[in-house]
Amino acid sequence: MATMAVNNGVNVQALLDAREALKGAPEAAKFTWKASCKWQNGTHSESKVKGFFGLGQEQAHKTETSFSADHPEIFASEDKGVTPVEYMLVGLASCLTAGVAAVAQNRGIQLRSVESNVEGKMDIRGILGIDSDVRNGYDDIKVTFKIDADASKKEIEALVAQSQKRSAVYDVITNPVNVTVEVV
Amino acid sequence: MIGAGHAGLAASRFLTDRSIDHVVLERGDVANSWRRERWDSLRLLTPNWQSRLPGLAYDGPEPDGYMSAGEVAALIDRFARVANAPVRTQTAVTSVRPAADRYDVTTSAGGFRCRCVLLASGACNVASVPGVSAGVPPSIAQFTPFDYRNPDRLPEGGVLVVGGSATGVQLAAEIHQSGRPVTLSVGEHVRLPRTYRGRDVLWWMDASGLWNQRYDEIDDLTRARRLPSPQLVGTPQRSTLDLNALTAMGVALVGRLATIRDGRALFSGGLRNVFALADLKMERLLATFDEWARATGRDTDVAAPERFEPTRVPAASPLQLDLRAGAIRSIVWATGFHPDYGWLDVPVLDEKGQLRHDGGVVDAPGLYALGLPVLRRRKSTFIHGIEDDARDVIDHLAGYLAGESALASRA
Repeated sequence: MATMAVNNGVNVQALLDAREALKGAPEAAKFTWKASCKWQNGTHSESKVKGFFGLGQEQAHKTETSFSADHPEIFASEDKGVTPVEYMLVGLASCLTAGVAAVAQNRGIQLRSVESNVEGKMDIRGILGIDSDVRNGYDDIKVTFKIDADASKKEIEALVAQSQKRSAVYDVITNPVNVTVEVV
Repeated sequence: MIGAGHAGLAASRFLTDRSIDHVVLERGDVANSWRRERWDSLRLLTPNWQSRLPGLAYDGPEPDGYMSAGEVAALIDRFARVANAPVRTQTAVTSVRPAADRYDVTTSAGGFRCRCVLLASGACNVASVPGVSAGVPPSIAQFTPFDYRNPDRLPEGGVLVVGGSATGVQLAAEIHQSGRPVTLSVGEHVRLPRTYRGRDVLWWMDASGLWNQRYDEIDDLTRARRLPSPQLVGTPQRSTLDLNALTAMGVALVGRLATIRDGRALFSGGLRNVFALADLKMERLLATFDEWARATGRDTDVAAPERFEPTRVPAASPLQLDLRAGAIRSIVWATGFHPDYGWLDVPVLDEKGQLRHDGGVVDAPGLYALGLPVLRRRKSTFIHGIEDDARDVIDHLAGYLAGESALASRA
């Protein structure tokens, strides 16, 4: 395999080095990701992401990013942004895509294009309180990848499977997590 | 030697060959765990012809059969006699402690001072039960593979079996056949067909040399050592017991048990991916076998290559089960095992309680181990895998003793 020629833009060596370094420093591996959100009007809110904590200290992205969240007009909202549940789909797809690139680089597979569509199915009778047996959130999420790469179909399937195995967003969607919401 | 199972006895045989004075301490009887810590129907995963020990090949009438626990105990008994091993039974080790350049070993039947100690007490002394079991409602009966004997000892009603390795699939099948509806919670697992191209799949592991792969040639040794046992069972029919076989029986599959909250068991929604991972890994392994058969001209000795149906994803797999609702009456934790080193007063355990060793040479002079997963080879924990490991480890031990004696005579 022409591992040297493969370049998916992922610095796998840095990731492997970090893995080795953090094996002996579990405290440095404890990260806190952060976002702040401010209500605008109606169902519209603006969230900002910049700082996070990791490697034992406060860190920051190069720039701050803002996210507008709202609901579409058919929900009688002003549609000033995508819905929060759509942000979840963005999170899942982008996490799996990053994983595909990293795993491909590690396995010496050159990617040419990686595209995916995500669909989350939801019965809104849950959030509207029409039927208490219907859950609020998604009851089914499907991600469909189209990948063009120097690899067999099986190798590509293995890339996508491994990416799910190591995806933080996939994990937090498929497994429960403790959530505390408090007022200060 | 601590432990008179196949590992301690194999080591004893090589020590006797070198005329090295030693004793094998056994808390109970020879092959104790095979006599007292196995469920009734348990059989080895390896066919009989593979159940060979140093100088003792299988000579029974059924080379392709699989030994029951009682037959394994008889085999190990016979090996102890053939090897003329100096075993002290009913001698439980209560502590091993360094004392200058020796070890002090305290037992229920007196003390020993020795230059070397070999830990051969096994990898499966304690059932690993996840912490979430604390949330199981008191109305549910809980079992581990150590207190499970047969389905009749379980309460009537539904059973949740947690774990999809060899133990989990075997217990799920036999409990379901007893008329108790079984739900099997499956995380990452190793899928294998019982036979491939007409041969036992473990024949392929052996013949292709895969089982002989050394620990220092494996990319991710930590992962290899944590690999769960394959979904196999030893039956006269040589049938495959993968998840599709369980689905066909009527066992309900759910995702990995993530937690138990307010009496509800919550399962991962990632079932599809653990199926995909196991299917892909099995296909890769079978392709490796095919390639080996082609490359070594064995293609005509075996049947044509086979491919197996992907693991069927249940149409509807519940993400939670209310454990107080009555449908589930018992839980069987088939969630693995770990060794018990409570008596080992030598600082050689890592932060996860695993022994720090390099191919059985423990991180303390004169201390050795055998019979742990991928100790020196992929086959380390199988009966026939002990011979090469024991020979290598005893080689090292003999070298250590010789070095020590040379130092002493110079002093």
